[in-house]
Amino acid sequence: MKKRLFVKGNEAIAMGAIEAGCRYYFGYPITPQNDIPEYMSREMPLVGGTFVQAESEVAAINMVLGAGAAGGRVMTSSSGPGISLKAEGMSFMAGSEVPAVIVNIQRPGPGLGGIDVSQADYFQAVKGAGHGGYHLIVLAPHSVQELYDLTMLAFDLSDRYRIPAMILGDAMLGQMKEALVPNSYRAPEDLPAKDWAVTGKRGRIRSNAVKSLYLGDGELEAHNWHLHAKYERLKEREIRFEATGLEDAELILTAFGGAARIVKTAIAMARREGLKVGLIRPITLYPFPAEIYRKATAETPKVLCVELNNGQMVEDVRLSAHPGADIRFYGRPGGTGSLPNPEEIFEQICKHYKD
Amino acid sequence: MDSNVQTVFQRPSALKEVPTHYCAGCHHGTVHRLVAEAIDLLDVQQQTVGIGSVGCSVLLYDYFDIDVVEAPHGRAPAVATGVKRVHPDNVVFTYQGDGDLAAIGTAEIIHAANRGEPITVIFLNNTTYGMTGGQMAPTTLPGQVTTTSPYGRDVAKEGHPIRVAELLAMLDGTGFSARVAVDTPKRAIEAGRTILKAFEMQVKKQGFAFVEVLGACPTNWGMSPIDANARVGNEMMDFFPLGVYKDITTKG
Ligand SMILES: Cc1ncc(C[n+]2csc(CCOP(=O)(O)OP(=O)(O)O)c2C)c(N)n1
Ligand code: SF4
Repeated sequence: MKKRLFVKGNEAIAMGAIEAGCRYYFGYPITPQNDIPEYMSREMPLVGGTFVQAESEVAAINMVLGAGAAGGRVMTSSSGPGISLKAEGMSFMAGSEVPAVIVNIQRPGPGLGGIDVSQADYFQAVKGAGHGGYHLIVLAPHSVQELYDLTMLAFDLSDRYRIPAMILGDAMLGQMKEALVPNSYRAPEDLPAKDWAVTGKRGRIRSNAVKSLYLGDGELEAHNWHLHAKYERLKEREIRFEATGLEDAELILTAFGGAARIVKTAIAMARREGLKVGLIRPITLYPFPAEIYRKATAETPKVLCVELNNGQMVEDVRLSAHPGADIRFYGRPGGTGSLPNPEEIFEQICKHYKD
Repeated sequence: MDSNVQTVFQRPSALKEVPTHYCAGCHHGTVHRLVAEAIDLLDVQQQTVGIGSVGCSVLLYDYFDIDVVEAPHGRAPAVATGVKRVHPDNVVFTYQGDGDLAAIGTAEIIHAANRGEPITVIFLNNTTYGMTGGQMAPTTLPGQVTTTSPYGRDVAKEGHPIRVAELLAMLDGTGFSARVAVDTPKRAIEAGRTILKAFEMQVKKQGFAFVEVLGACPTNWGMSPIDANARVGNEMMDFFPLGVYKDITTKG
């Protein structure tokens, strides 16, 4: 039998990253993700890797840009206010097609906000927090096991498509302990060679430039269409979600990450009461699993979207759903005491089930 | 070829054979050449990675025949840190203007120096923001008229120019810090030697090396190339004295 460990969510991310061959980590402390830099500072030297505590999130993401441009497997992690500061760097990385993994263990905002559970950075993550219009791959784990597994996947997707990938967690997931089976990482055989990376010319005829500046007539538009084609490929190939109970559902619940855990418990309570409730849980928030919503709402038009914010993913659900679908929302926008318990969601299910 | 004909001057191999976009009399071109000569002399073109900054030198990769990463405005020392940690045996340098390094990038340069990051930093100080049209920089001299100090820089309101070579020399992590100029052939040759030394220190793994180069921006100073060149020696050097401010290799 495979060994099972009892591990904290934040540490699962760090473990998954190292297992996937991440050897460079640059970060800056912020609650509730500090276990990640602490773990990395302890473990990286033991595997011949590099840990740098940068002077700011701005510096950290630009160290990530450099290490990624140099061909390294590199990660950084932060929470809301730090991710805001990383936005410039993320835009440059998207523009210069530098792979890396960026972890956001969300906390509530805006501003300094609070330090507990929130999903208020959905817009920031999936719409592109920085300038110029771009996307990251955004993965939303909902368990410690997924924090581990999806971090490994994030490195592969990021390398395959030359696009930064974000793990969008939250304080609940980051701070809780759960059983983890530390699966070993196997690198996909078809990952493209990083022949574009800066390594020093070393016998290459042409020197490599990793850049996002395109000044020539039409060059930038061509580059942006090239990036766009990549987003389209992601939509075709890399959508991931969990869907249960849709066969007989009369109400579909939808939620991602930590909120989906609470929703799952509430759905189990509802099923016990004979209520036919299904679930769609997006695992990739970008690319968004639009198709499953369109299909499912053709059969079951009533959807309740539950988020730990005042309504962000619900906009994408509305855009994806079958025309005429009835999309409702229940949100708790953050701070201590704002985390709904399963009974509260169960009440919401009963309410929306009836009317 | 006549065996008596000797090549005495040629394009360094680290520079591509293309015309640059710099204005007439701009010193970026001169400093590019000195950097390329240092790379050639140390024979490290195949392992050098340059980090471009945001400013008039943003098209660095069009001129240098080496691998280049383009950094966001001010962040070149952080990007260089990332590259150097992945390839510790490569020669990694940043090339930055005074707006880039001494304003938006103040934190990044101070901390890269303080960590003793084994990189080389070439800093062109032309007392203004060239690329954006001649606004006031942290290095703008007292009284200097720019587009955002139209009455002349008033130190009571706008603060004092920053002497970066001296500032970085104070940090324990800095291995080398010097200020040079390229306004006369003699000083340009001296500047070339200093830049070579800053690169050589990296090859010898002797720590963070910084060279500030006083240069002219005739376009934004509103001067002819000849007058702008003269200003470097007449005005700039009074406030920004040339010299070596720190050199750990000369300690006994
Ligand atoms: C975040 C950000 N802020 C501002 C700018 C605009 N900008 C471009 S170049 C520049 C100043 C460059 O001046 P300097 O570093 O002195 O270089 P020079 O052009 O004089 O060589 C500024 C402010 C930018 N590109 N990015
Ligand atoms: S604007 Fe100034 S710094 Fe820029 S190229 Fe022209 S002279 Fe050089």
